[in-house]
Amino acid sequence: MSTVLLLEQLLNGLQFGVMLFLMAAGLTLIFGVMGLINLAHGALYMIGAFAAATVAGLTGSFLLALVAALAAAAAAGALIELAVIRRLYGRDHLDQVLATFALILILSEGTRWLFGSFPLYLDVPPWLAGPVTLPGGIDYPRYRLAVIGVGLAVAAGLAWLIAGTRLGIRIRAGEADREMIAALGVDISRLYTLVFALGAALAGLAGALVGAIQSVQVGMGEPVLILAFVVIVIGGIGSIRGAFVGALLVGLTDTAGRVFLPVLMLPLVGAQQAATVGSALASVAIYVLMALVLIVRPAGLYGRV
Amino acid sequence: MTAGGGRERIVNAGLAALLLAVPLWAHWAGEPFTITLATRAAILALAGVGLNLALGTGGLVSLGHAAFFGLGGYAMGILAYHAQTVTPLPLWDLAGTRSMPVIWLVAVVGGAAVAALVGALSLRSSGVYFIMLTLAFGQMCFYFAVAWPAYGGEDGLSIWVRNGFPGLNTLDPLQFFLLVYAVLVAVIWMMARITASPFGLALAAARQSPARVEAVGGRPFRLRLVAFVISGAVTALAGALFADLNRFVSPSMLNWQTSGELIVIVVLGGVARLFGPVAGAIVLVALEHWLGGISDYWQIALGVALLAVVLFARGGLVGALAGRPVAHD
Repeated sequence: MSTVLLLEQLLNGLQFGVMLFLMAAGLTLIFGVMGLINLAHGALYMIGAFAAATVAGLTGSFLLALVAALAAAAAAGALIELAVIRRLYGRDHLDQVLATFALILILSEGTRWLFGSFPLYLDVPPWLAGPVTLPGGIDYPRYRLAVIGVGLAVAAGLAWLIAGTRLGIRIRAGEADREMIAALGVDISRLYTLVFALGAALAGLAGALVGAIQSVQVGMGEPVLILAFVVIVIGGIGSIRGAFVGALLVGLTDTAGRVFLPVLMLPLVGAQQAATVGSALASVAIYVLMALVLIVRPAGLYGRV
Repeated sequence: MTAGGGRERIVNAGLAALLLAVPLWAHWAGEPFTITLATRAAILALAGVGLNLALGTGGLVSLGHAAFFGLGGYAMGILAYHAQTVTPLPLWDLAGTRSMPVIWLVAVVGGAAVAALVGALSLRSSGVYFIMLTLAFGQMCFYFAVAWPAYGGEDGLSIWVRNGFPGLNTLDPLQFFLLVYAVLVAVIWMMARITASPFGLALAAARQSPARVEAVGGRPFRLRLVAFVISGAVTALAGALFADLNRFVSPSMLNWQTSGELIVIVVLGGVARLFGPVAGAIVLVALEHWLGGISDYWQIALGVALLAVVLFARGGLVGALAGRPVAHD
């Protein structure tokens, strides 16, 4: 195993990790502020990807496609919040699970109805295509590197938003004591809609960015949603910092597992079985990671008990 | 999960009679497909009855019960696969089997064992953590089944002939239905006994006020773990029957959407109602068949109906029919 391959896989894990962060950040924010478990977050990811693929197909511009993904997901998020989600804040988790499960059915089947069952394709723009040579002589896809850059920039922006702006202060106050900030004259229902739309926009952005690497199809959001759940369970629900650390841990563990476990299995089970046993073990690696973290810290790495 | 008041008893008897009467009528009218639909409803109801002990009485919102359902399915698939190919099982060189009672036993024991493991880890947390943990462990089983190629991987595993039960011809749709129905009634009777027992009352109390249960010397964690294990075992039994009905098992039984559907069955029928899952399963299978015949996009309508039930009609179908609110917090 060469150093080049190792670094390349490290970057792949990082890219996967920052994408998971975009999903997990919205989920954890929505849970932290509104106390809501939102299964439909994966559907917003899908909406972002479909909006991007449609606009890219019409205009040929990747940047416009990204803007469309952000706008469509944020609008869908705000609409869903106003129509359904705000009735769920005071309810128990079972009602929230069920209602957001119903939203998945509606949004997924609605998208299938509009766009059909065949996957759409979103092309990487020419100015981001091809490899770039990194210091040390590693050729790495320019697009994936850009995705890492966007993810890190969003993470930094979000940290600034939460820590340094008026909206951020309100969000943190909403997490701490929602009755009190309502009493202090903050329009809490508008704040909730805003936070939900913000989370949705992040999910939509992730969907569009990943859509150019994978295909855009109905049901693409749910596997990512579940990984994002694993991320925020590891990081601690409600913590943006936890979501960031958890996302990188999950991204790196998953990527490393897929590459190295088949190799590690080689001396144990022989060449014929190594690939299958290794990949089967790799598919459960992140869940083992999650179980280990929870045994040591039941509320996650940055969670408050 | 109580048998409820007088009116709920009448509703329960009505549901039991309906589920029995439809296939008997279908047999008389010569419509075997309707018998298959009723069998499907009875099996899904059984899975829901299992989930209801954890979800309803215990207040444990498990989004990972597909793991137990699929595990039961794979218990059937793997044992029958080795029997039909006359190859020994990978462990201890045991032979496969085509006998339902043996398969059920393996499914129940396997379901209980995995539920004990998942429960021991997940029940350390509560609320939304518990939901996400059960979901994650369920997905872990799903991805494992997809990645493990020995038993069909993503494509699943087909069985040529339905497994046998002593004294019955299980290939006859009506006889297989009656067998499933008998299992369902026996398990519901067992659940009624469990929920009325000191254990069941303590479990319900642990849902309503864990601090008080602890104050009188109860152990909420242990109560919940036992409930989760029984729940997982019953759902695994249903999974074995479901796979036998289709003569096919695939990772889709383990998929988290299956967990969602099981919750839908319980909530549509009425959380913590003894016959709630029976009502929920009948409605779901009927909708699936009826709406699915009208449009390929019938799940949009299902989603809207679900939203309406959650937002406006809490208590589910049995709740709407039987009135009296059940202790549900």
